[in-house]
Amino acid sequence: MKKLGRLCLFIAFLCMAVPLFAFAGSTKEITVSAAISLKNAFEEIGTVYESQYGTKCIFNFGGSGDLEKQIAGGAPVDVFASAAQKDMDELGKLGLIVNATRADFAANSIVLIVPAGAKTSLTSFEGLGATEIKKIAIGNPKTVPAGRYAEEVFRFYKILPSIKDKLIYTENVRAALDYVARDEVDAGVVYTTDTATRSNEIKVIVTAPEASHKPVVYPIAVIKGTKSEKDAKAFISLVLSEEGKKILQKYGFKSNK
Amino acid sequence: MDDSVLFSVRLSLQVASVSTALIMLTGIPIAYFIARRKFKGRELLDVFCTMPLVLPPTVTGYYLIVLFGRNGLIGRFIYEWTGWTIMFTWYAAVLASYIVALPLMIKTTRAAIESVDKNLINASYTLGHSDFDTALKVILPLAKRGIIAGTVLSFARAMGEFGATLMLAGNLPGRTDTMPIAIYSLAGSGEGTKAQFMVLMMTVISGGFLYFANKYAKRII
Repeated sequence: MKKLGRLCLFIAFLCMAVPLFAFAGSTKEITVSAAISLKNAFEEIGTVYESQYGTKCIFNFGGSGDLEKQIAGGAPVDVFASAAQKDMDELGKLGLIVNATRADFAANSIVLIVPAGAKTSLTSFEGLGATEIKKIAIGNPKTVPAGRYAEEVFRFYKILPSIKDKLIYTENVRAALDYVARDEVDAGVVYTTDTATRSNEIKVIVTAPEASHKPVVYPIAVIKGTKSEKDAKAFISLVLSEEGKKILQKYGFKSNK
Repeated sequence: MDDSVLFSVRLSLQVASVSTALIMLTGIPIAYFIARRKFKGRELLDVFCTMPLVLPPTVTGYYLIVLFGRNGLIGRFIYEWTGWTIMFTWYAAVLASYIVALPLMIKTTRAAIESVDKNLINASYTLGHSDFDTALKVILPLAKRGIIAGTVLSFARAMGEFGATLMLAGNLPGRTDTMPIAIYSLAGSGEGTKAQFMVLMMTVISGGFLYFANKYAKRII
C-alpha cells in the first residue's frame, strides 16, 4: 500500500508541472501547419511576424498528407501551407478552408541527383534506364508530393515501366535525399531547395524541364472555424509580401508567377 | 546546450513518466481481470488492447484523431462542453504513448499472473482472504517480476513513441516536440549536426534508463 501512495504522490507532482505548459498559451497566437520542406524559411517568417504583429506564431511541421489528415480530424490549426495542391484540394472538398484566402506563394523545381563521389555517366533522366543505375530513391507517390512529381517526370520521358523495379520509395522527400547523400542509392529525385542542405554530399545532374511535370507550387490558406482569422490572414499577407518572398528566395524557393 | 534540446528532453521524460504511471494504474487491473476472470469476450479484450502493438503507429495515430479530434467521436463532445481539444497539446503525446505502450504492460503482467502457483492462491482463499486481499497480498507480489518488466518496457516504449504522437500531438516546436519528434524535425530541415547530437542524447538517456532499471529490478526481486 505504501508503494501505491508513493505512486499517487509522484503523479500529483507531475500534474503540478502541467500549468507551466497550460498557461504558456494565454497570449494571442496562431497555429500554422506547414510542409516540412518549408521549415527553415517559415521559421524566419514567423520571427518577422511576431515582431510585427505581436501575435505568437506556433508551427506544426510535417508531411503534407499527415497535416491534411490532422486538419480533417479537427486539429486546431489556423493556417495550412502545403507542398502540393492535392492536399489543399482535399481540404477544400471537405469545406475546411476559407477559399477566398487560398493563394500560391512559392514554386520549386525537381532535380535528378547522384552521390557526390559517384563515378557515373548519367547526364539525363533517360539515362536512368542504364544498367549501371541499380537503385533510384524517390518519395512514396501515394503520400509524398515530391514522389508524385518524380513519377510524372518518368512518365514524360516514358521510362517509368523500365525503371519501376529500381525505385526505392521513402516516407518523405528528405529521406530520399539522405539515401543519395549516404551513397546508399545510385540516384534520387528531390526538390531544388532540398539540395542546398546537403550540397557537399550530392551532385545535381539535371533539373527537370517545367513541361515534364505539373507545376510545383505551394498553396496556403486560412482554415475555416479559426478563432483568429484576422491574425491568420495577416500571416498569409506577410508570406505573400515582398519581405516574405525575399526570405523564401533565400532558401531556394522561386516566387510564384 | 540549446534550450530547445533541453525542452525536448524534459518533455520526453515528463510524457513517458505520466503515461507509464497511467499504464500502471490501469494496465495492472486490466491484466488481472483478463488473467483471473473467465468472462465472455476475454480474448477479444486482450486482442483489442494488443492491437496498438501490431498496428503501424501512424495508423494508431489516425484512429486517435478519428476518436479524439475536434470532429472526432469523443473529441466532438469534449469540444462542445469545454471548447478545448486534446490535439496539439502535450496531453495528446501522453495519450498516444499510453495507448501504444499499454499492451506491453498487459501482456507481461497477464503472463506473470497466469503463472502464479494456483495452490498458493487457493491456500489464500482457504485461509479466509477475500478476492481483493488475495490479489493484493498474494498474486500481485508473486507476479512482481512481470509487472516490473512491463513497467520498464512501457516506459522505454513511451520514450521512443513517434508515429502516433506525431499524428495526434503534432510537431510544435516548444510545445509537443518530444525527442523523437525533434529528431525527425531537425533531420527534415537539414540540421544534421543538431539531429545527430539529439540522437546521441536519446540513446544515452534510454540506454541509461534500461541499465538502471535492470539494476534496480535485480535488487528488489
